[in-house]
Amino acid sequence: MKKTLSASLSVAALVGSLTLGFGANPSSAATSGAALPTLTKGFLTIGTDNPAYTPWFDSNKPANGKGFESAVAYAVAKQLGFPASKVKWVVAPFNTVIQPGKKAFDFDINEVSITPERAKAVDFSTGYYDVAQALVTTTKSKIAKAKSIADLANAKLGASVGSTSYSTINDVIKPKSKASVFDTNDLATAALKNGQIDGLVLDLPTAFYVAGAELTNGLIVGQFAPKAGSDQFGLVLTKGSTLTKSVSAAVDALRANGTLKALAAKWLASVGGAPVLK
Amino acid sequence: MSYQPSELRLQREAAKRRASRRSTLIAVLSTVIIGTVLTVVVTGAPGFKAVKQSFFSWHYAVSSFPHVLSGLWLNLRVLIVAGIVVLIFGLLIALARTSHSPVLYPVRLLATIYTDIFRGLPLLLVLLLVGFGLPGLGISWIPTSAVILGTVSLVLTYSAYVGEVIRAGIEAVNPAQRMAGRALGLGQSQTQRYVVLPQALRKVTPALLNDLISLQKDSGLISVLGAIDAIRAAQIETAQSFNFTPYLVAGALFVSLTIPLTRFTDWLTNKQDRARVQQGQW
Repeated sequence: MKKTLSASLSVAALVGSLTLGFGANPSSAATSGAALPTLTKGFLTIGTDNPAYTPWFDSNKPANGKGFESAVAYAVAKQLGFPASKVKWVVAPFNTVIQPGKKAFDFDINEVSITPERAKAVDFSTGYYDVAQALVTTTKSKIAKAKSIADLANAKLGASVGSTSYSTINDVIKPKSKASVFDTNDLATAALKNGQIDGLVLDLPTAFYVAGAELTNGLIVGQFAPKAGSDQFGLVLTKGSTLTKSVSAAVDALRANGTLKALAAKWLASVGGAPVLK
Repeated sequence: MSYQPSELRLQREAAKRRASRRSTLIAVLSTVIIGTVLTVVVTGAPGFKAVKQSFFSWHYAVSSFPHVLSGLWLNLRVLIVAGIVVLIFGLLIALARTSHSPVLYPVRLLATIYTDIFRGLPLLLVLLLVGFGLPGLGISWIPTSAVILGTVSLVLTYSAYVGEVIRAGIEAVNPAQRMAGRALGLGQSQTQRYVVLPQALRKVTPALLNDLISLQKDSGLISVLGAIDAIRAAQIETAQSFNFTPYLVAGALFVSLTIPLTRFTDWLTNKQDRARVQQGQW
């Protein structure tokens, strides 16, 4: 499946570069995207991890344009002058996103939160989504009826590694027992199902998905009020990339014309539904 | 009259000394040259500055050290508990597999099946099955703690390895030793206890320490169940800063634990070899 896809993409790349070779015109740069110094000239290479999780992607197929991040990626590509046929997807696990040196993608889209510390190692675009953290549990858990952060003091909570959710447990909730940290949200959800943890902290859209689709008796205890604009997802680029400015400009334009909001409304559950825990 | 080395011998010794000086000189030269070339190639690489910043940042080494160290404490505790239980279980399995009594046939069979399965199964799979499968059964007395379930998985896997190592040791003891023990009037189990096992364990001590070191590193795998060990602590730090230095800190801590163990193994092996040479067993 993946192989045929990449094979057909490389054929497309060949055809694409042949046709572009003739009509290349600097003045049409803004609309064709061909003049941008991308990894493969004339194409935009976008990275994300495999598996790519719902609701950010759909059916683990980033190239189908479904799911919030897939849709945003194609919108950014379009804004930069790359039609969907000129977008290539590559698998980029977390460690390859943060490694030093040149990366295998033009930008990566994978729910990466922007922090000043991380910005020392990679370039971020401006934020494309303001994210809040939420606590998911099951109806039989002892924290199912928690109304405030104080009610969570004795809970055993979990989060996936490398997530802002883990920092939320340590910095905002501060439970008495140490948080459990899992490789993926799937393993954390399995632990929640087994009662090995009382609750699981996730970003709000994922929390709605896990509580509604993955758990049979799941519920959202509540969300945690973020400090204004403190947690935003951004596109990741190589440190000092020549594309950062154009990509950020594209994201800004999509925010200004309402596209980001519309896509969030289409693909992400309404996030107003969860009570804010204090 | 005192011994006078012959002219020929003196010449031979002088030649030997010259050759030895020459090879020392060549060794020093080649080390210097290769070291210089490596240094120039690595530090001259276009991405060296970025790599240095990402992997060798003193700032992140210092800031992540306490977290990684507290993770290592978990590794150590798991290692000690699992190490002791594995040795006991391994010994029991080895005894079961080397038994000859027809009454014990089912035990022998079970031990063989157990070893076959758990030596073949990847540890990660055992961890997932035990760590998420067992509590999933919903039986109230089964613990849900990641550390306990992780340690159980390590014991299951490593007992199979260690059982085989000890069995090899038992089988390497000459059968005549057992007969000699019986001839001295020792019973079946007394012979096992006082004649066979001491020799068997001495033969496999280096192999057992090898497994112990391997267990020490694999103890970190229990982090897939949610526990925070040294590597997981490093991963958390790395995810926050996008800097790989915390992994290096964890690596350095692991090596600082392993090197004394390895040296100890070497020392033990050498000591045994010397003892055997003296006993004429070589």
